[in-house]
Amino acid sequence: MTARRQDALFRHTTRAFAALVLLLLLSIIAALGYAALPALTKFGPHFFVSNVWNPVASEFGALAPIYGTLVTSAIALAIGVPVSFGIAVFLTEMCPAVLRRPLGTAVELLAAIPSIIYGMWGLFVFAPFFADHIQPTLSRALGDVWLIGPLFQGAPTGLGIFTAGIILAVMVIPFIASVMRDVFEIVPPVLKESAYGLGCTTWEVVRNVVLPYTRIGVVGGIMLGLGRALGETMAVTFVIGNAYRIRASLFEPGNSIASALANEFNEAADPIHRGALIALGLVLFVLTLLVLAASRLLIARLARQEGART
Amino acid sequence: MRQAGGKEGPRVAVSTRYRRRLRVNRFNLAMSLATMAFGMLFLFWILAVLIGNGSSALSLQLFTRSTPPPGSAGGLANALYGSLLIVGSATFISTPIGILAGIYLAEFGHSGPFAETTRFINDILLSAPSIILGLFVYTVYVVNVGHFSGWAGAFALALIAIPVVVRTTENMLRLVPNSLREAAIALGAPMWKVTLLVTLKAVRGGVMTGVLLAVARMSGETAPLLFTALNNQFFNSDMNAPMANLPVVIFQFAMSPFDDWKSLAWAAALLITLAVLLLNVLARTVFRQQSVR
Repeated sequence: MTARRQDALFRHTTRAFAALVLLLLLSIIAALGYAALPALTKFGPHFFVSNVWNPVASEFGALAPIYGTLVTSAIALAIGVPVSFGIAVFLTEMCPAVLRRPLGTAVELLAAIPSIIYGMWGLFVFAPFFADHIQPTLSRALGDVWLIGPLFQGAPTGLGIFTAGIILAVMVIPFIASVMRDVFEIVPPVLKESAYGLGCTTWEVVRNVVLPYTRIGVVGGIMLGLGRALGETMAVTFVIGNAYRIRASLFEPGNSIASALANEFNEAADPIHRGALIALGLVLFVLTLLVLAASRLLIARLARQEGART
Repeated sequence: MRQAGGKEGPRVAVSTRYRRRLRVNRFNLAMSLATMAFGMLFLFWILAVLIGNGSSALSLQLFTRSTPPPGSAGGLANALYGSLLIVGSATFISTPIGILAGIYLAEFGHSGPFAETTRFINDILLSAPSIILGLFVYTVYVVNVGHFSGWAGAFALALIAIPVVVRTTENMLRLVPNSLREAAIALGAPMWKVTLLVTLKAVRGGVMTGVLLAVARMSGETAPLLFTALNNQFFNSDMNAPMANLPVVIFQFAMSPFDDWKSLAWAAALLITLAVLLLNVLARTVFRQQSVR
């Protein structure tokens, strides 16, 4: 009898701690929403479409940081997804078995390097290198091209939205690559072997067998990378230039939600300023929640399909 | 594979197509190799820069003196000590919570909407932006207490660590074969004893891995400490006051115009990266032994 009661107590205790995790998410949204209320009621929906950020006049609009967050993440994915795909293909199809583990670990170590280290390296090493060697070439090659030309014009300072996007790409590569590698590995060997038996090349097997089989998981991995890129703070803060404006050129300085928070929050004395920053944080949190939820659902769907098939 | 006989035309056509397929294959695999090299390039580039800039600033002084005012020499003793205290407290807060929640998910919550939702939310929190967790602790703790503090920093870091520990604990417990649980139950042990003394004990190495990975992740986190622990120029062991810590010192010193500060920032960056990478490698080897055994 006592043993049964002990067990019930144990079960309920562990359950309470599990509930704590659930509660955490809800309380984050509630706390941020409550703290952002003064700013949100003052500016209303105008907050999300206004491009004014003026602490002196207490006028705040979220458009520039939201734009910066979305554009840097888009650049990160544009570079990061093909590279991650290549790495995953290399690790699953090409790499000699002895090297598979150490190289896989090396890619994962890229994810272990703290964000602030990327920031320092980006500011002191990568940005000058980028300004001297890559930016002028890009401007020359693409600056006059119709439609996309304006994206690549401007002074080669090395700091700005494009640099932030590249560094974000390096940071999300390990996350996307390891999900892709994991889902590539669940493809039944029989399927691949039959394709090889028909005379397919390795690339054709990847293209026509592996990729269609794991499509949902691959998209899930990309969404996971996107979720990471959206909320990445320190690395972006170092290199994005911290300017509240929206310019056509990707070489211009900008701002992301996370970098605005990191740079300004402690200096914001005015409650409306603080509230506006917290409202930005809430926007970021909701945005990443949606993206990460989509990512998890997709990966889980692939796993379930896989379970049903075997 | 050319065979004697047959017509000239189709044979040539087939063979050019085959050659093109081989070319495409070779090109794409070469690109794949190139992307791997691209990834490794950045890893080694960053490490080389850290070692190049950081090792010259390494000295015994780092561990004995506190962060200096601009323009004079000093060390990182207060920041190292603060980081240890904050990360240590966060580990002590998050480990039991994470392990207990993980036990629930693995042992009691196989299915059902509550466990499913918790698992889902936990996976989302695993990748949630860390700066938001700092902001959260700021709004619910720092504002109410009225000042920044080491505790606030520890709470923020604990929120980052909990999902990591929950996930690894659940994954590890699921590896335990059911026969082990059944054997213990058949001996008359109550469920809590089975879980804590048999199941959990069987995978303690794996659970330790989760804790180590969480510690590694916390050690480098900067964003959540900005609004919680802040920084302190002086040596401080009072967790209720603003506390120096390596990441925030790196942030402030690297952005400063003073050379002394910058070189201290590089030294701190090297120390932190070495510690984090070491913890990661250690965690992986511990887990590997576990799964082999």
